[in-house]
Amino acid sequence: MYDDGQVRPPYAGLEAWTNTMPAELRHLKQAEAEALFRRIGITFAVYGEGGDPDRLIPFDMFPRVFTGAEWARLERGIKQRARALNAFLVDVYGRGEIVRAGRIPAHLVYRNDAYEKAVVGFTPPRGVYSHIVGIDLVRTGPDQFYVLEDNCRTPSGVSYMLENREIMMRMFPGLFRENPIQPVDRYPELLRRTLASVAPMKCDRDPTVAILTPGHFNSAYYEHSFLADLMGVELVEGQDLFVEGEFVWMRTTEGPKKVDVIYRRIDDAFLDPLCFRPDSTLGVPGLMDVYRSGGVTIASAPGAGVADDKAVYTYVPEMVRFYLGEEPILENVPTWQCSRADELKYVLENLHDLVVKEVHGSGGYGMLVGPCSTKQQIAAFRAKIEENPGNYIAQPTLALSTCPTFVEQGIAPRHVDLRPYCLMGERIELVPGGLTRVALTEGSLVVNSSQGGGVKDTWVLAE
Amino acid sequence: MILTVTHRTLYRYDAPVRGVVQSHRLTPAAFEGQQPRDWRVTVSGSVIGGGFRDGAGDWVQAHTVQGPVSEIEVLVEGVIETVDTAGVLRGHKEVVAPPVYLRKTAPTRPDGALRALAQKAVAGAEDPLDQAHRLMAGVADAIAYRPGQTDAGTTAAEALALGAGVCQDHAHALIACACSLGLPARYVSGYLMVGEGDGPNEAAHAWAEIWIEGLSAWVGFDAANRCCPNAQYIRLGSGFDAQDAAPIRGTARGTGEENLDVTVAIAAVQQ
Amino acid sequence: MLSRTADNLYWIARYIERAETMARLLQVGERISLVPDAGGAGFRNEWDSLLQASGTAEGFARKYGEAVQRNIESYVFFDYDNPSSIASCVSQARENARIVRSALTAQVWDALNTAFQELRQLERTERSELDIPALAEWTTNKTAMIKGAIDTTLLRNDGWDFLHLGYNLERADNTARLMDVKYYVLLPQLDLVGTGYDNYQWITLLRALSVLRAFRWAYGGEVTARKIADFLILNGQCPRSLITCASGMVTHLDRLAEGYARPTGTQALARRMREDLSAMTPDTIFDEGLHEFLGRFVHDVADLARLVREDYLSGDVR
Repeated sequence: MYDDGQVRPPYAGLEAWTNTMPAELRHLKQAEAEALFRRIGITFAVYGEGGDPDRLIPFDMFPRVFTGAEWARLERGIKQRARALNAFLVDVYGRGEIVRAGRIPAHLVYRNDAYEKAVVGFTPPRGVYSHIVGIDLVRTGPDQFYVLEDNCRTPSGVSYMLENREIMMRMFPGLFRENPIQPVDRYPELLRRTLASVAPMKCDRDPTVAILTPGHFNSAYYEHSFLADLMGVELVEGQDLFVEGEFVWMRTTEGPKKVDVIYRRIDDAFLDPLCFRPDSTLGVPGLMDVYRSGGVTIASAPGAGVADDKAVYTYVPEMVRFYLGEEPILENVPTWQCSRADELKYVLENLHDLVVKEVHGSGGYGMLVGPCSTKQQIAAFRAKIEENPGNYIAQPTLALSTCPTFVEQGIAPRHVDLRPYCLMGERIELVPGGLTRVALTEGSLVVNSSQGGGVKDTWVLAE
Repeated sequence: MILTVTHRTLYRYDAPVRGVVQSHRLTPAAFEGQQPRDWRVTVSGSVIGGGFRDGAGDWVQAHTVQGPVSEIEVLVEGVIETVDTAGVLRGHKEVVAPPVYLRKTAPTRPDGALRALAQKAVAGAEDPLDQAHRLMAGVADAIAYRPGQTDAGTTAAEALALGAGVCQDHAHALIACACSLGLPARYVSGYLMVGEGDGPNEAAHAWAEIWIEGLSAWVGFDAANRCCPNAQYIRLGSGFDAQDAAPIRGTARGTGEENLDVTVAIAAVQQ
Repeated sequence: MLSRTADNLYWIARYIERAETMARLLQVGERISLVPDAGGAGFRNEWDSLLQASGTAEGFARKYGEAVQRNIESYVFFDYDNPSSIASCVSQARENARIVRSALTAQVWDALNTAFQELRQLERTERSELDIPALAEWTTNKTAMIKGAIDTTLLRNDGWDFLHLGYNLERADNTARLMDVKYYVLLPQLDLVGTGYDNYQWITLLRALSVLRAFRWAYGGEVTARKIADFLILNGQCPRSLITCASGMVTHLDRLAEGYARPTGTQALARRMREDLSAMTPDTIFDEGLHEFLGRFVHDVADLARLVREDYLSGDVR
C-alpha cells in the first residue's frame, strides 16, 4: 500500500474510510461479516485436521486494490500464460514438438506422473485442456509480479472472490459508490459460456453442463454447490451419472438426461474406475471411452496436470516463446531443481534462505520456508531432500508486497498473494479481480487457507 | 498364416445386476505382422458405445448392457492373416512416446532381486537388442512356467521370489527388468496358436514389448515361450501392465457375485 | 431433477417430521412422570410403549437397560447413537439440506441451519440447565418454522412435491405405529379394556399426537376407542389422521405424474390406500381388528416408500 512512506494512489480512496472507522465499529462489522459467512454456509473444512468441519476462512475487510493500468498489464500476462499452457498440453499429447525441439527435457513430460497415457492422441474440443487456469501471483515491487505456480486442473477459491465482494457490498455500500470498482459478478455466466463453448463433437443441441463433485464431505463442496447454483446447472456426484451407449447420462426423477460437458472437481485418478484407479467410487465407469469418442467433454481435460507440475513450471516462459513467439510478460520465480546435482548442492548449502517445495505438493504442505524455520526443522527437511532430491524444487524467499490488514492493534501490513481465474473456451476471459489470500500471522509468508491464511476482497479500479 | 479365432467369455451373476459397462480392446490393429480379414465382437444384449483408436494404436470399443441381467456373453470371432516379422512391430500407427513406458506400476515395480536379475542377464551384451534377448532368457530361467502358483494380482517381484508363474508374470518381470535398465517396455495381450505338446498352452496369451532405439521400433519378447512373437501370435493391445492392457475391462452395478467362464480356440486355416 | 436431489428433499421432510414426533413423545413422557401410577404399570411401561412406537426401544434397552427417565430424555433428544433422536434428525435434515442447498430458498436453509446451530449450542449447555418441556417446545417451534418456510417460499415444483411426500409418508407411518403400539401393548390385559385406565391411555395417545383439544372440539362427550379410531384414521379434518396423510400423498403424486407425464405404481397404490380409507367406517375397522388393520396400513406405507424409491429416487427410472 505504501510507497516510500506514501500511500499508493489506488489506496487513497480507502484512507478516509479507515481513519473514520472507530475500533468498536470495526469489531461490529467483523462480527457481522462472520455471521453472514456462517449463514450462507461458506465454510472450509481442512482434511485430516479434525475439529470444526464448519470452520470459516478468516475474512479481512481491508480490500486489496489494483489500478486499471496495473490490471491491464497483469491481464495480458495471465492470458498469455493460459494460452501457452494450453498449447503445451495439446502439443505434448500430440506430436510433442517442444520435446523434439529440445526446449523441455523429455523425462519431465513423459515420465511425469500427471502425464496421462490414456489421452495421448486426443485433442479436446477447441484444443483446450485447461478451461480454468488459476495463476498464483506475488508482487515484489510496483511493476514486478512473479508467478508462483500455475493451477491447470481445478483451481479452487473462486467462490470466495464472489462472496467476499457480495459481503463487502452489503456491509460498505458507500465504498462502492465512492470508488470505481469493476464488478466480478459476470464470472459464473462466463464460466457457463466457456463450458458450453467446448461441447463435444457429438453434441448437436444446446449443451447440458454439470459440475461433478466428490460429494458433500469434500472441503470445497460449498464452492461446487455455489457455482452450480449461480450457473444454473446440476451438481452431480459420480453415482448420479452413468454411461449408456455413446453418452453419459444423469439419473433424474424423469429418467436419464444426457450430459454434454462435465466440469469435474475430482482428480483424474478417480474419474473412471475402468481407466484409472479401479477402486474409485467417485467416478463414472466408462466415462473415458465416452470422452475419447467425442460423446462428452471433461473440463479440465484429464491429463492437464502435467502443465502445472512444479518441475514443468520452470519451462513455462519457454512455452510462451515456443508456441506464441512472444516474450513472457509475467516472470517466473527463479527455481532450482533439486534433481540436478549442481543445483541440489546450492539448495542444500542455502536452505536457511530458500523456500523449498514438493514437486507435486499443494496447499502449502510439505514445504520449508527457510528464513522462518528453526535449525531442527531445516535439518529434518534436509534429510527429506537428500532422500529424494527429484521430489523438490527451491526458490528464493521473495520480498513479497504487503497489504494493509485489520489486526488486533489496528491496521498492519501483511503479506498477500493473488489468484486470478482465467477462462478458456471459444474465447479467453478474465474478470477483473481474483482471490487475494493474506498471511495473517505477522511476518508469515504462507497464505494457504489450510495453514491459517485469510482472504480479502480484490478491487480493480476503472480508469 | 491365416488364423481363425473364437473367443467366448461368459459372465454369470448369482443375482441380477442393474447394468454392465465394458471397455474392450478386442479388435487387432493392422500392421506388417497382421491383417485382420474379418473380425466381429458381439456382446449379448448390449448397446454399442463409443469407439476410438487410442494413442497406443489400439481400437477401444465400449459396450453397455442395461439391467437387470444375470448373464452376458462376449463373443469374438475373427479371421486374421499373420506374417512372421521376428517380433518387430512395424507399420503400427501410434503416438505415445516410448519414454512414457518407463513408468512403473505396482505389478512392474522392480525390487532388488529383479534389478540384480537384469544386471546379471545383460552382462556382456553388445547392444540394446542383445540386452533384450538376454533379459528374456534371464526371466525365463528365473521363473518356471507353472500355472496355479500365481494369480491376477501377483507382482513381478512376487513371481520372481516364487520362481514360478504364467505368461502374465513373465511379461511383468520382463517389463520390470527392462525398465530398471532404462529400456521402455510394455505389456501386450493377444492370442497364441499352439500345437499340441508345444509347451505353455495359453491361447489367451500375453508377452512384453521392449523399445529398441536403434531399430526405432517395439520388439516383442515372449519369455514364457523364450521367443519373439511370430506368425502364431495375434496382437490385441498394449499397456503398462496386465490390468492396463486387459482385453476386457468392465464393471457391473449390483451386488451379484461374478463368475467367469472363458474359452479360446485358435486354428490355422488349411491353404 | 436429479434423483439424488429428490431423495435429499424427501429425507429432509421425513427427518423433520420424525423430530417433531419425537418431541411430542418427550412431552407426553414428561407428563406421564408427573402423574401417579395408573393401574400399577408405572411410567416404565408407558415409556416403553412410546419407545416402541418410535422403533427405538431395542436400541435404548441395549444402551441403558432400565428405563430411567433421565436416560430416556437423553436418548430421545441428544443421543446420536439413536438414529431417530431429535439431534440425529435435525443434523441429518440439515446435512441433506446442505447437499441440496441450491434447491432450497434462503429462508428454508436459514430455518434449517439455524435449528442446527442452536442444537449445537444446546449440546454445549449443562444438562442441569435444560428443561425437557422447553427442549420439546424448541423442537416443535423449529420444525414449524421450517415447514412454514417451505410452504411460503419454495417454488411449487417437483422438489416441493417430494418434500410433501416425505412429510405425509412419515406422518402416516408415525400415527399408525403410535396407535398400534398402544393397542397392542394393552390387548393382553383384557380386563383393562374399557376401564378408566384404558381411557387414560387413549388420552395420552391423543396428547402424543397433539390433537387432544381438536378431538374434544370435534366429538365431545366420552372418549371412546371408536371415536378415537374415527378421528385418527378416517377424519379428514385431523391433521395427522391416516386419511389426511393418504390424501396428501395422492395430491403430490398426482402432481408429479402430471408434471412428468408419467403415471406410476406409487400413485396407484396411494390412490388405493385413500379409497380404502374413504370406504371404511369405525365398525369395519373394528370388525377387521384394529391391530390387523394398522398392521396392513403400516405395511402399505412401507410398500409405498419402496415404490417411491423405485419410481423416483433410485435413479433407475426409465
